[in-house]
Amino acid sequence: MITPLLTPPLASIQGAIEFIFTPQTSNVTGGKTVGGIDQVVELLLNQLELTIFALALSMVIAMPIGLYLGHRGTGELFATVIGNAGRAIPELALIAFMAALIGVGVANLTIALAVLGIPPLLTNSFVGIHQVDRSAVDAARGMGMTELEILRKVEIPLAIPTLFAGIRSATIAIVATATIAPIAGVLTLGDFIINQNVYGDNGVLAGAILVALLALTLEFSLAALQRRLTSKGLKLNPA
Amino acid sequence: MASVTTLAAVGEVGKGFIHERTSETLPCQATNKLFCWDWASEHINRYETPTLQHLELVAISVLIGFLVAFALALLAHRHHWLQPPLLIGTGVLYTIPSVAFFFLLLPLTGRGTDTAIIALSAYTLQIIFRNTMIGFANVPRAVVDAARGMGQTDRQILWRVELPLAMPEIFAGLQVATVSTVAIATLAAFAGGGGLGEPILKGGISFKTNLIIAGGIAFLIAVSLGLILFAVQRYLTPWRRVRQAG
Repeated sequence: MITPLLTPPLASIQGAIEFIFTPQTSNVTGGKTVGGIDQVVELLLNQLELTIFALALSMVIAMPIGLYLGHRGTGELFATVIGNAGRAIPELALIAFMAALIGVGVANLTIALAVLGIPPLLTNSFVGIHQVDRSAVDAARGMGMTELEILRKVEIPLAIPTLFAGIRSATIAIVATATIAPIAGVLTLGDFIINQNVYGDNGVLAGAILVALLALTLEFSLAALQRRLTSKGLKLNPA
Repeated sequence: MASVTTLAAVGEVGKGFIHERTSETLPCQATNKLFCWDWASEHINRYETPTLQHLELVAISVLIGFLVAFALALLAHRHHWLQPPLLIGTGVLYTIPSVAFFFLLLPLTGRGTDTAIIALSAYTLQIIFRNTMIGFANVPRAVVDAARGMGQTDRQILWRVELPLAMPEIFAGLQVATVSTVAIATLAAFAGGGGLGEPILKGGISFKTNLIIAGGIAFLIAVSLGLILFAVQRYLTPWRRVRQAG
């Protein structure tokens, strides 16, 4: 039995699901069709593409710096300040300002979103490598490994959990902010949410559900990937 | 052609008028300048209400988030089997992008501040919960054993030993949650929740001065609150200060 209190939400959810699968006539844009699986897939792919580009760009910039500083054991203040300042950046202002400064479109927005990914990646790469047991590093050095080999074969495998935590934070931040990409001219799933006047209430709820599912899927996939990449020795002693 | 004639005529009548209408003397907000000082000093008071709303949103959300997360952490500390489900549950709430969260709540709570506060406090839960659990886990076993040996009850051990020792981690969680919430609360404007996102949405992406002021205020609030919480934590845990200095 459905209580009266739950009836409106359930009706909304039904409307949202209908919106996702069947195209409907928008009552505002003069009979233009909106929604339907084709448009959903198109916007989903846009958001995924934007997220992957931005994540890749921020990883290419932040991780080498973080790994290098962590290996050298210098620049702790720099890594901490970047990490903390990054958290304080208001997403909406950043996207709007970058769009005003460098322009709209996928390439410009990729740069703007990468700004959000850099702080967690830089801080976690630094902390992950820096906290690796020094005796393990000394042992590797004693075995005649070069600095690059130490980083690749000892430090990175031992730092996988922390490195992945950084990648996951960056991914969540980027995919969440890619939702508001339509204000900078890139149509992602957020368009359903932001342009209520085009898609209607069903479209808004459909967009919210899809964005939530996308973020959760990315998060759980990365968590699964992390478990596969973590060395067996580290798994015995879960944090 | 016609417009040129008209312009010339105007120029003749009002001496130097045409010359004046170059980009130099256009009102600054109609140009592409990075920052218009004149406009800013004249209109700064229109950011007062959004700023206060923003502070209110953050304060209420973080307070609710902290109370709920702290209660959950105390529960999970007593009943360890609760830890994994609570971590996953709060993790899901943390992962759902705020903009989506606002509108998932829409059929239940409608547009407005309440919706924004629920979504923002749900977002803070995981950060505070996880940090509090880490804080408890980092308390040395020997200290707890010593307290028990002195005849302290579980409740006394919790409030007199474990909580004070876990304070740095709890405060770190509170700090991260507060700073992130200040940043994310700019998105509350999408849900009609007010705050500093509102002037950004209203002004659009073409007027940079507006974006810099609104974004700048949000950034400064986040940084200042972060520093204040850091200072409070240092003040509350003097023993850490000594250890770090030594």
